[in-house]
Amino acid sequence: MFGPEEGHYALALACILALAQFILPLRGAAKHDRRLLMLAPLLAVSQLIALALSFFCLVWSATHDDFSVQNVAANSAIAKPLLYKITGTWGNHEGSILLWALILGICGAAVAAFGRNLPAILRARVLAVLGGVSAGFQLFCLTTSDPFARVWPAPPDGQGMNPLLQDPGLAFHPPILYTGYVGFAVPFAFAVAALLEGRVDAAWGRWVRPWAVAAWCFLTCGIALGSWWSYYVLGWGGYWFWDPVENASLIPWLTGTALVHSAIVVEKREALKIWTVLLAIATFSFSLSGTFLVRSGILNSVHAFANDPARGIFILGLLALVIGGSLLLFAWRAPSLVAGGMFAPVSREGSLVLNNILLCSICAVVVTGTMYPPFMQLLFGRTISVGKPFFDATTIPLTLPLLGAMAVGTLLPWKRARLSPVLRRLRWGAMAAVVALGIACWSLSGILPILCAVGAVWVIGGSLTDLAGRLGLSHGFSHAWARARSLPRSAFGAAIAHIGVGITVLGLTGMSQAQHAIVEVHVGQTESLAGYEWTLLGVHEEDGPNYHAMIADISVRRHGKLVTVMHPSKRDFAAQHQNTTEVSIRTNLISDIYGVIGDRHGTGANATYVLRLHYNPLAPWMWLGGLIMAIGGGLSLSDRRLRVGAPKRAAQNEEVVAS
Amino acid sequence: MSELTRRRLMTALPIIGAGALGVGFWKMLGGMGSGNFDPHAVNAPILNRPVPDFSLPGLPGMGDGFGSDTLKALTQPVLLNFFASWCIPCVAEMPELREIGKRIPIWGIAYKDKPEDSVRFVQRDGSPYQRVASDRSGLTAIDWGVTGVPESFLILPGGRIAWHGTAALSMDTLHTEIQPRLSAAEAGK
Repeated sequence: MFGPEEGHYALALACILALAQFILPLRGAAKHDRRLLMLAPLLAVSQLIALALSFFCLVWSATHDDFSVQNVAANSAIAKPLLYKITGTWGNHEGSILLWALILGICGAAVAAFGRNLPAILRARVLAVLGGVSAGFQLFCLTTSDPFARVWPAPPDGQGMNPLLQDPGLAFHPPILYTGYVGFAVPFAFAVAALLEGRVDAAWGRWVRPWAVAAWCFLTCGIALGSWWSYYVLGWGGYWFWDPVENASLIPWLTGTALVHSAIVVEKREALKIWTVLLAIATFSFSLSGTFLVRSGILNSVHAFANDPARGIFILGLLALVIGGSLLLFAWRAPSLVAGGMFAPVSREGSLVLNNILLCSICAVVVTGTMYPPFMQLLFGRTISVGKPFFDATTIPLTLPLLGAMAVGTLLPWKRARLSPVLRRLRWGAMAAVVALGIACWSLSGILPILCAVGAVWVIGGSLTDLAGRLGLSHGFSHAWARARSLPRSAFGAAIAHIGVGITVLGLTGMSQAQHAIVEVHVGQTESLAGYEWTLLGVHEEDGPNYHAMIADISVRRHGKLVTVMHPSKRDFAAQHQNTTEVSIRTNLISDIYGVIGDRHGTGANATYVLRLHYNPLAPWMWLGGLIMAIGGGLSLSDRRLRVGAPKRAAQNEEVVAS
Repeated sequence: MSELTRRRLMTALPIIGAGALGVGFWKMLGGMGSGNFDPHAVNAPILNRPVPDFSLPGLPGMGDGFGSDTLKALTQPVLLNFFASWCIPCVAEMPELREIGKRIPIWGIAYKDKPEDSVRFVQRDGSPYQRVASDRSGLTAIDWGVTGVPESFLILPGGRIAWHGTAALSMDTLHTEIQPRLSAAEAGK
């Protein structure tokens, strides 16, 4: 019933439905044919059902150990725990493309379901664009990356999964990250639909923003989770490698953040229209091209999936159609969009423009750093690598003014403002920043970390000032409580998201002061690092379900008092000839103590062990800040004013369609 | 220029940029197919070329640093080894380095490392290096095409790079990779 043939069939059916979803509603919009327009939501929902069935069939094959399916044979094994049999379906190229298509299907169905108050023509066009993108990915899946391909004869057992992927963090990282990437397809579709219609107005900004905010929340969580995963799984004690795959998620996050902010200006003031449309197109284009160029093998990455030139050419063709098509449409239609809403440079709009300029500049340097090596090699035959020094030197100086402006921007009134009253309101934030400067100069080394810490405290102070002002805290707590209940949740959302940024930056600053040591010790030997005494108490061996482990017991003392005993281990997966390190981390939310066991040299009583010891101040704050940012986004998403579209304009357009 | 023309030009910029990138990717994919372009071959082109220009300070208490001029003035071959105290394979490589150092002089460059950490690391069980320099920023390593420590280069008299290894050095590597190139260089003289 749920075999691979059914899955393959369902995928092909979904592809046909997606093609129909692309063509019929566009025709309906051109001819003002009501029946064709109404087909769009129907097709979107049926496409999702077919995709869900197809994906379920793949999961079914994996959980039922159907090794006649090549994908299952290559990535699963009888001994694998059930959870990883399920999550393993998206831990490989073919399965992850199907997951990508499924999430895109969910987005389409969500637009169909929640977009009932959209004008029928706009909704049909949005769904048509989503259908077109869907059809492209499903064709990619069917032609070059078939997850249901069979092998004959079927092997008795599978080859098992990459042990690194056998981890709960990584199991749920792809769906969350993909939801972020794919979610930006909806603002993209809205942008293309608006260009087709030749009109962008406040209502458009209001429809786009919740979708952009939702995608942004998922992308933020996905990036934080990925960074946390590399911190606790890879055992190198770091959190960001400036690897092309990591940059592939950071680039759309930067433009997506700019989009979330500039859409506010469209919604409230009908300004920055062309720019916002371009950001919507750019964000999804970066989502697409980054991830898929990594898969084609052009971008050299430790994460890269096995590459295949046929796939690369298909991807490039698809990118040319989706990105090239939308940018051509942009070049053709955008000049005729009417600009509105004049504003002075010092105003809320002005600060949002500054935010956009800085975010896009950071994005530009990250793109440059990522694309420079392959293009240098292509054009001049020179191979170079661009790493942390370049990115630190270029992104931090752009982040500092961004932090400086963030605190001021939210307090500025729309249209025209004066800086001095706002700065007077920020005096508490400024005092906190001065105190932070003192503490930072005393405890941090390096001018950039000190400036970043001060900037972060300034942002948090500014957000708290903003909240206090909105709540009228100066009139007492009972007054504030009464106001809190009537305040729109999006006001809290923005302040909380900005506090999250501040906390993440503080975490990054703390991590710049991390200390570590690599030592080779006998059992019983003590090393000291960062004021702690680390003793290797013993090492023992244990067998897991599909691995053999070497586990160390390390006691950590401070001034002779026992802080914790850690048990880092090293696992040997014989089937895959692969080792993984299981890091041991003890955190008190202010700092992490982090231990890794490496190789053993010698045998018996003479054996020595390589240990990697880290002291990471404020490390948990980096991911905590990410989570807080996403919570802020979620809070503003739950704001009723954002969810309810613009019924007035919807009613107008119903008339247009009817006539 | 009229306002509309200016806007037309501005809105055409993204498609032009994306098109240029697209053509580049197309060429790269074509090159990957025919074997002319390999994004993973980070270290190939520096081979058989003079050493890149650089000048680095030494480590505290361990003599002067060196630079490209010093390497170009060499009259005998040396192995140049990029290392760091924070790198696990570098720990493993050390005993082998001391052995290899008896056959061919080894010079070291400490990569993105605090000088005091490097000194402690190098001196713990006896330094295998004849000279050591410190590349704290890691910028020199970029010119050498170093992507991760440890990496080593065989430098022939006159400062020509004859070999680049991207794994920890071992006696095995010395016999199978380095000695043959030294003999070839001797024969070619």
